[in-house]
Amino acid sequence: MSELRRTQKDIKGTYVTKGTVPFVTYVPFMSLERREFIRQGFAAGLLGLGALGSLGALGTLVGCSKVAAPAATAPAATTATAAPAAPAAQRWGLVIDPALLVKTQAFNAVAQACHSHHNVPQISDPKTEVKWIWQDDFAHCFEEMDSAYLPAALRELQFPVLCNHCENPVCVRVCPTQATFKRDDGIVDMDYHRCIGCRFCMTSCPYGARSLNFCDPQPYIAQVDPGYPTRMRGVVEKCNFCVERLAQGLPPHCVEASQGAILYGDLDDPASEVRQALAGSLSIRRRPELGTEPSVYYLLRGAESPTDAPKGGEPHA
Amino acid sequence: MLEKALRGSKRYYLWLAILAVLIAVGAAAYTRQLTYGLGLTGMSRDVPWGLYIAQFTFLVGVAASGVMVVIPHYLHNFRAFGRMVILGEFLAVAAVIMAILFVFVDLGQPTRVLNVLLHPTPHSIMFWDICVLGAYLLVNIVIGWAVLGAEKKGFPPPRWTRILTILSIPLAISIHTVTAFLYAGLPGKAYWLSAIMAARFLASAFASGPALLIILSLIIRRFTSFKVTDLAVDALVKIVCYAMIANVFFFLLEVFTSFYSAIPSHQASLRYLFVGLDGSGGLVPLMWVAAVLALAGITLLLVPRLRRNLRLLPVSLVAIFVACWLDKGVGLVLGGFVPNAFGRVTDYLPTANELLIICGVYALGLFILTILYKIVIAVRTTNEEELSKTDS
Repeated sequence: MSELRRTQKDIKGTYVTKGTVPFVTYVPFMSLERREFIRQGFAAGLLGLGALGSLGALGTLVGCSKVAAPAATAPAATTATAAPAAPAAQRWGLVIDPALLVKTQAFNAVAQACHSHHNVPQISDPKTEVKWIWQDDFAHCFEEMDSAYLPAALRELQFPVLCNHCENPVCVRVCPTQATFKRDDGIVDMDYHRCIGCRFCMTSCPYGARSLNFCDPQPYIAQVDPGYPTRMRGVVEKCNFCVERLAQGLPPHCVEASQGAILYGDLDDPASEVRQALAGSLSIRRRPELGTEPSVYYLLRGAESPTDAPKGGEPHA
Repeated sequence: MLEKALRGSKRYYLWLAILAVLIAVGAAAYTRQLTYGLGLTGMSRDVPWGLYIAQFTFLVGVAASGVMVVIPHYLHNFRAFGRMVILGEFLAVAAVIMAILFVFVDLGQPTRVLNVLLHPTPHSIMFWDICVLGAYLLVNIVIGWAVLGAEKKGFPPPRWTRILTILSIPLAISIHTVTAFLYAGLPGKAYWLSAIMAARFLASAFASGPALLIILSLIIRRFTSFKVTDLAVDALVKIVCYAMIANVFFFLLEVFTSFYSAIPSHQASLRYLFVGLDGSGGLVPLMWVAAVLALAGITLLLVPRLRRNLRLLPVSLVAIFVACWLDKGVGLVLGGFVPNAFGRVTDYLPTANELLIICGVYALGLFILTILYKIVIAVRTTNEEELSKTDS
């Protein structure tokens, strides 16, 4: 089912790449959806899979994923060849070292890279703002672990927060249109064109990771990046783990801008960089007791201690 | 039968005209919201559902309550409710239409609403809610129309309406249960994450809905020749009273669990609603008004002498109805969003535009209800006049 979803996305054009240039380029809004629709048809025709695609769609409509599945695997293979560099993963995850991020002072660059490349509108009103990644302190991010006698270093440490790309995402469970869906590689992604703006996902997300476009976002985008579609009012959005970058074999923007403080990789692969980092240090996740199984981990590599000394070994003071 | 709604007194037309104006104002306000976006409401990132969804939740309860007349009449042969059954069913029709409209005006992209049917998603409770609400609406329209049509022609209602009516009973329970499940299955929203939520919803529905039905019956009795008997009113009032007692009891169970366990996250919303949290407490006066009205209403309905006082009765019923509305149509939804995922408090205050849209939807519901009740009364009174003619 999710395999089918993912490949449907690919046909749609958002993540389809041609060489290293994103297939979809920015088109001034209003005509965006129509233009994208035409491109989508073009892409499907180009791949000679138009008929198969509609067959797959028909299969989904009658709820028969078995019929749809073979039709869907074909474009997946084509996409894979179109972007040979794209690494595969069973379950993408992020490992964040907040202390290192503070030391390198890279957070602003991280947020800037993420928000500008994804055309996230910069709205100053905290009630209606749209944000994919931002910071908060330990007491607010990890309320259930808070205590009055925390080391000052930890108390003052800022933690980047974003969508946790949960293994058991509540937002996907509650979405009435499957506009929010989980891909086979663990990433929780969205179809902005299917979202009806009911905000059930915002209500259900235990991490406050989702934002609604309370008005037309266009006036709040300083410079539109043609590499990623803009959204319209009334739809929800959030971090997408840079699926459009992963498809090109590139790391997520936050990872790239973090100067090593944010790692990404396959959580299911013991040899991956993220697993190595997790094996070497105490790590925490936000609200793990809820069973959502977040894929974003925070290293406390000596962050709780005022000195930087302990690395790797027993993290408790 | 619709032609019956076209002939009425001046007062009837004036009432419809007032409602039409309110509907037009609401529609204009909605046009503004449609073109600008939900930024015109008081909702926010932290409180993504406001009064619209709260009204939806409350009205689903009102719709479900028709079953409190149907069960005694159809399952227990309590014939005194005979005249009230159709009023309950048509109240359900109007309430479901309003409930669905409140969800619609709440959508960020309303033109895409059919995506819910185009991509049916069984793991989403909202999908099931739409299914059961649609079925309940359809069943009530069909039953009401068929029964009334038969009555107009002087025939007993066709047998299949009885089967549909029996079917409407589990449907009524299901609409409110499923609506409760929208809230009760969300991890991380401690105020809603409670097994008693659906039971509490039903208790509150069976208090507020029949209370409204009795008030409407009393109004009809006063202004038309269509008389609901004292026996029926008294029986339904008892149902309201005991449902309200159950509702308050269920609420107190929530209070006990939250405060005896002393788990902060389970107390936060209740504190926010009744004493304020982190200096924010806009809803505190409303919630205490609800508490006082609930207790006053129960007392007035529990003492037989006070309950049978027909002058006092509307006051008691309004008290119960308003208490339920404040509890479920305001506090329950808004309280659940406090604190947010970061332990912070964000207040919600509806905007004028939002309130006008809410007024518009309620006016539309009342308009539909007026038309439906007008038809019922017209059919019944004509029949009775003809009967009395043949008698004499």
